Amino acid sequence: MNRKEPILKRSLVWQLISFALFFGLWELAGRWPVSLAFPSFSKTFLALVRITADGSLPKAYLVTLQPLLIGIALCGIAGIGFGIGMGLSRAIEWASLPLFIILQAAPMAAIIPLITYIYGIGLTAKVLAVVFLAAPVVVMNSYKGIRNTNPSLIQMCRSFLGTRRQEVIKIILPHAGALIFAGLRLGLAMGFIGVVIAELLITPTGIGDLITYHSSVADYPEMFATIVSIIVIAALAIHGLERLEQKIFPPEIRGS
Amino acid sequence: MPADAIVQVRGVGKSYDGGVEALREVNLELPTGRLSTLLGPSGCGKTTLLKIIAGLIAPTGGEVWVKGKKVEGPGPERAFVFQDFALLPWANVLRNVAFGLELRGLAWEERAKIARDYIGRVGLKGFEASYPHQLSGGMRQRVGLARALAVDADILLMDEPFSSVDEQTRRKFQEDLLALLQVERKTVIFVTHSIEEAAYLSDQIVLLSPRPGTVSRIIRPDIERGGTSPDEIRRDKNYLDVVDEIWQILKRYVD
Ligand SMILES: Nc1ncnc2c1ncn2[C@@H]1O[C@H](COP(=O)(O)OP(=O)(O)OP(=O)(O)O)[C@@H](O)[C@H]1O
Ligand SMILES: [Mg+2]
Repeated sequence: MNRKEPILKRSLVWQLISFALFFGLWELAGRWPVSLAFPSFSKTFLALVRITADGSLPKAYLVTLQPLLIGIALCGIAGIGFGIGMGLSRAIEWASLPLFIILQAAPMAAIIPLITYIYGIGLTAKVLAVVFLAAPVVVMNSYKGIRNTNPSLIQMCRSFLGTRRQEVIKIILPHAGALIFAGLRLGLAMGFIGVVIAELLITPTGIGDLITYHSSVADYPEMFATIVSIIVIAALAIHGLERLEQKIFPPEIRGS
Repeated sequence: MPADAIVQVRGVGKSYDGGVEALREVNLELPTGRLSTLLGPSGCGKTTLLKIIAGLIAPTGGEVWVKGKKVEGPGPERAFVFQDFALLPWANVLRNVAFGLELRGLAWEERAKIARDYIGRVGLKGFEASYPHQLSGGMRQRVGLARALAVDADILLMDEPFSSVDEQTRRKFQEDLLALLQVERKTVIFVTHSIEEAAYLSDQIVLLSPRPGTVSRIIRPDIERGGTSPDEIRRDKNYLDVVDEIWQILKRYVD
């Protein structure tokens, strides 16, 4: 523990330096200027303060987060459930594995216009956009978590007369927990992509609307501030989940 | 056929999917209350045979009878000690040792009491709350042994239990195992690579030939154990003769 602390401090210093360097270069590039549409760091930062203060950014987030959270919750329940089912039952695996392998490889964003065509431009369509992007990785991770259970632990359970039910509850699920959780985290990352694409492509609302609007009236600092804010929020949310994951499933007590 | 054979292996053969024939026509009898070792070159099917006796793998030919009943799967009279320990990484020593009892539905109080007792007997007192990753290989194997002892089976099936520890620890384990068995009176089937280990521990040594494994020889060392110290046994003339006899047979297989 004592030896870890200086390393932690040092890495914090390095992180600050790398941020400073990044923002400095951005400032230079903005002043040079690379393009008239590319605002400097300071202008972007001031714009961020402005749109936060006038309430337009917080309001946009309230709108954007709705389909994101509903979609992730759906994936969390149905996607994990389905992935576990696929891992436990050969029949479900046989029927659906090819589909999910294709879905995972396919550029799912291309399906969004189709969603609009069928479900219109409301909340349903946006939730579906999130689900379509996030579900494959959530399902596949749960499935792999179940399938990768150490066979020796399963034999151990059987040799001590464990029933199939006990095998699932006491060995397979705890073993898969870390991978399932990681799937949810990756799903959230995909969900952010899905919701922003939906707001840009389906109907301009929330963050997507803010980006489109500011770009159309050539308020480039505001547009950039919005884009940067969603990147930062997504990165923080995913990083937070990763930290939580490390806490709940420390590597040394993980199954695999 | 001796009446006191607790395990009878009759004409067992095993071919794995993909065509590997691991065992062919194995016939064996394992006497009650004795320690038998399975000894043979790597890949000759020792683990396979042990798992067939455990009911974890189905043979492709022949059958195994335990206590007068044909083996169709695992049973309460048999407990397995795994070569790779097979401990739950997310459970502490106490829960791991009690796991067999947990699966049998014993109440927490009761199984913790039994588990604590066996944790003490295998020399792990004070480590009840440790997790497997905090233990050495030898200590993990003791956890696996305690787990198998805790379910009070008549037959202990041990797959190279001491292979992952250094020589000193190994000798200590062997002595501890013999001492433990004097109290517990169990039938043990023990897989090993080590000629010395087999000669030191066994009442009966089953030598297996290279793949497909068959019984090539059964040796019953006649070594006086009662009252003699381990070091005396290791200098015993019978012990040295047995080691040499086994070596003369196995030597032919290593070329
Ligand atoms: N699940 C399996 N599928 C196919 N072949 C297998 C399987 N398990 C074992 N074998 C093969 O069967 C043979 C016997 O394997 P087994 O593990 O029983 O040998 P062993 O005597 O225990 O070897 P070792 O001393 O190295 O532990 C080996 O050739 C091995 O490759
Ligand atoms: Mg083996």
